Amino acid sequence: MNDYAQLLPADAHRRLETRLAEREQATGAQMVLAIFPSLEGESLEDFSIRLAQQWRVGQKGLDNGVILLLFVQDRRVRLEVGYGLEPVITDAVAAQIIRESIAPRFREQRYAAGLEAAVEAVYARIETRGVPPAPRHALGVSPWTLGLLAIFGVIGLMLAREASGGRARRHGYTAGGRRGWDSPSVIVPPMFGGWGGGRGGGGDSGGFTSGGGSFGGGGASGDW
Amino acid sequence: MKVLIIALVVLAVVVLAVGAWAVGIYNGLVGLEQNVNEKWAQVQNVYQRRADLIPNLVETVKGFAAQERTVLTQVIEARAKASSIQLTPEALNDPKAMERFQAAQSQLSGALSRLLVTVERYPELKSNQNFLALQSQLEGTENRIAVERRRFNEAVREYNTRLNLFPGTIVARLAGFRPKAFFEAAPDAATPPKVKF
Repeated sequence: MNDYAQLLPADAHRRLETRLAEREQATGAQMVLAIFPSLEGESLEDFSIRLAQQWRVGQKGLDNGVILLLFVQDRRVRLEVGYGLEPVITDAVAAQIIRESIAPRFREQRYAAGLEAAVEAVYARIETRGVPPAPRHALGVSPWTLGLLAIFGVIGLMLAREASGGRARRHGYTAGGRRGWDSPSVIVPPMFGGWGGGRGGGGDSGGFTSGGGSFGGGGASGDW
Repeated sequence: MKVLIIALVVLAVVVLAVGAWAVGIYNGLVGLEQNVNEKWAQVQNVYQRRADLIPNLVETVKGFAAQERTVLTQVIEARAKASSIQLTPEALNDPKAMERFQAAQSQLSGALSRLLVTVERYPELKSNQNFLALQSQLEGTENRIAVERRRFNEAVREYNTRLNLFPGTIVARLAGFRPKAFFEAAPDAATPPKVKF
């Protein structure tokens, strides 16, 4: 619950916050409300997805987060749905929640009531449909990488052997004689890459613990 | 003889160091390339999702506006063409293939927006529950397309940058890595088509 526009009175704010916490405890799914004064000319969808990626609402791996964004002056609203909840809160359902729970109440300036109705509608959906385990996109190292690593490793070992073995024969050194440099011949190559980078970013943003949920632009936009 | 031993030791160390460095470059690129491929799979997924919505949409519109045959046919044909072009990860190195994919998809986008303009003339259709649901799904899918396309381009940028950094680029080119094509937004698709009813 982040009310940057100071739209809600303190008691409504508290009530919503308690409700959100209760429902999160009960279902595991995390919903965050964010109220901004204005979009300042930005695109609603762009702003929303950036915020979602930054806050990472929902549990990592389950991606069961929902963000409800309001822009008071623009009278625009967006329900951004995490990957894991897309089958439960489809775009059509999200649009329906905006059309039926939020917009009519907001038009009568009953903001707290509209938000409460939206929270109820979202969690009612999650409770009846359950939270399916999110399909994870498989991440793996290709056999190519392993193969090449092995080849380089073997070449490295052979070179080291060759160097020490050859000399040993010629000069009669014993195998153990030069442990100092020829035994630690396996060098772990630096592994840097794109896997999983940026997925773990946790942290705390404005009154909730972000869990690392991912978003892919699911949900719906609307106005009142 | 001591000099020769030292020379050999130095040589072995240098060879190992260079080898490890090359492996590092290689692995980094493999990871980045895999990331690009994954993001591309997502892009194709969301386009497929859009294609899957179309038969239902066409049927619904037909129920209310069967006389709009030309527009409906255009959508169906554009969908068939767009679905027939799928890019394998290997084709991502080929800007021409990417262009064909984009052209087919933006043709479908065009046909769809013409259909949605036509729909304006049918108030009954516009208030149909089934149509409203399809409309929000279509909007949501267009938004997903924009999101996944941006993520794909970010992945390509990261990969291409690493690929072109000297001196790693020598190893990369020898190992057969090639720059990948961006998914350029078509001039008319710079912003995802806003479906307004």
